[in-house]
Amino acid sequence: MSVFLDKNTRLLVQGITGKEGQFHTRQCVAYGTNVVAGMTPGKGGQKMDGIPVYNSVREATEATKPNASMILVPPPFAADAILEAIDSDIELIVCITEGIPVMDMMRVKNYLAQKPQCRLVGPNCPGLMTPGECKIGIMPNSMGKAGGPVGVISRSGTLTYEVMHQLTEVGLGQTTCIGIGGDPINGTNFIDCLSAFNQDPATKAVVMVGEIGGNAEEDACAFIKANMDMPVVGFIAGLTAPPGRRMGHAGAIVSGGKGTAEAKIEAMKAAGVHHCDNLGKIGELAKKVF
Amino acid sequence: MKIHEYQAKELFRKYKVPTLASGVATTVDGIIAEAAKLKLPVAVKAQIHAGGRGKGGGVKLAKTAEDVKKYASEILGMTLVTKQTGPEGRLVKTVLVEQGCDIAKELYLSFIPDRATATVTIIASEAGGMDIEEVAAKTPEKIITVQINPTTGIKGYHLNQVAFGLNMPKEVLKEFAGVLRGLYQLFIDYDCSMVEINPLVITGDNHIIALDAKVDVDSNSLFRHPDIVAFHDANEDDPLEAAAAKFNLNYINLDGNVGNMVNGAGLAMATMDIIKQVGAEPANFLDVGGGADAEMVENGFKIILSDKKVKGILINIFGGILRCDVLAQGVVQAAKAVNLSLPVVVRMEGTNVEEGRRILKESGLTLITAKNLADAAEKVAEIVK
Repeated sequence: MSVFLDKNTRLLVQGITGKEGQFHTRQCVAYGTNVVAGMTPGKGGQKMDGIPVYNSVREATEATKPNASMILVPPPFAADAILEAIDSDIELIVCITEGIPVMDMMRVKNYLAQKPQCRLVGPNCPGLMTPGECKIGIMPNSMGKAGGPVGVISRSGTLTYEVMHQLTEVGLGQTTCIGIGGDPINGTNFIDCLSAFNQDPATKAVVMVGEIGGNAEEDACAFIKANMDMPVVGFIAGLTAPPGRRMGHAGAIVSGGKGTAEAKIEAMKAAGVHHCDNLGKIGELAKKVF
Repeated sequence: MKIHEYQAKELFRKYKVPTLASGVATTVDGIIAEAAKLKLPVAVKAQIHAGGRGKGGGVKLAKTAEDVKKYASEILGMTLVTKQTGPEGRLVKTVLVEQGCDIAKELYLSFIPDRATATVTIIASEAGGMDIEEVAAKTPEKIITVQINPTTGIKGYHLNQVAFGLNMPKEVLKEFAGVLRGLYQLFIDYDCSMVEINPLVITGDNHIIALDAKVDVDSNSLFRHPDIVAFHDANEDDPLEAAAAKFNLNYINLDGNVGNMVNGAGLAMATMDIIKQVGAEPANFLDVGGGADAEMVENGFKIILSDKKVKGILINIFGGILRCDVLAQGVVQAAKAVNLSLPVVVRMEGTNVEEGRRILKESGLTLITAKNLADAAEKVAEIVK
């Protein structure tokens, strides 16, 4: 079992003919993901490694019935690409693109609120992986160990890999690993993932990786305390980040004294999350806790 | 991207947000000439991006022509230190001279995007002219917040909530509504990550004036704002950070002596944290990107090595799609190209890690390999001790 994606996922790739689009589509196919269609305006009728390419999401949807979409288009066009996928009622929309203006995401987020049948993951994220079944995004194919019992949620790409690697090293497999992205406004948040893991019979524990900026981790901790039936191990990056500076991710900034690592760690401890203060030891701690 | 007060006020005027008559100059004579066009007294204001200019001595009220000359000479060319500049301060190269005005009341007003609700949020307070963070901490009841959904835009009831919340006198209500509408439109049109006026004043004859102006534009949106890009002032850039930006590297200069190079922003932050945890101090944040290649690694080395504080370097790479063997070759090639003389600890994990480690070992370079992240941090901390 898993959340959000599995072997029945039928993937459409928006921006399939670009350099990144081609590369990551091939990686997903090599992983075993069923890529049913691609889409690039003006390239309709072509094929990419035998995958049919369409001019619009609507055309692709009518012809191939995808239930998920991966977006790999440049930032000025990425918000439009998300809206286009929403308008075709795609169930799972994964936007990898980094650098989308916040104002664009603000409009997307408010539009998305009217479409509960659609789930957006990202933007500025590595995507999702259900090890052994399906990958959407740019996570390395060598990552992950199938079979569970751990679910992974992270705002950062490489920290997701780090956690997956350490879990695998200590012999813990993963149900689904989700990179929710490093932007200030994103689709799926920690709570959405925690709630899905809580209902997934195969997931017995969760590792949650947060970072400075915003208060999504604090909100997640309140949810954990009230609802989670399984142990949660947590890590927060950015204790040494200077205030007022954006640490790579657009959303990773302490501003006006808000969004500090200290406050998030405090919230984790108060919610009974097993906080890990040393990233190098998160696998060990997970093993001990589970 | 931050812009100067005088540039922000140019935008304000475009949106009919009232400001005082003013002029900008970069020489003492220029300042005197600009001041001569105004009525005394005038404010002489240093133009740097950091806040806290008044307390640092960068803002003076000149009552006479002699004052203007004196303050202009003092402020122009001074290294202004405020709580936001850090101890090194910022060199003042541009000065704004502005008409004085009769202040009856000072207010605080700002617009920011709210991440959790995906709205534009107005923050306002009657406690104007003060540090708003302090007001929020000590007297939160003096702060009004109003959230505006961008799909509906700013409406009359939003204006009412702010105006009545601030106890605005009825004589200024109409003008104040215009100010709020103008600022909201500016915020939307220019993809702002902040518009702040502190203080916004009500004058003795019941007019509203933006006495200060702070505008920060979302860097991700600059592709559609060439006029904001034109506002860029290289004087405000950290030289190393500017050099790194040219290489497309995400770099932030810090105070410690352990240089570090990491792929991915989250892992880079976590690496800084672990360096600190073992008793050393990071010299920088450097994310070479999830898809870093040999050239990026070489450029990263160049930036770290031009920081004279650095005594040792920690490379932490999680090889994913970019394999460890390719990265190891990049590290070796880069180390040779830049004639590396500082000790380097390498922690490498992920795809083809064994092959990567072999390449490092056989390179002839004195690279110290670490078996995991905790080990790497301890090794580099030992070196710089």
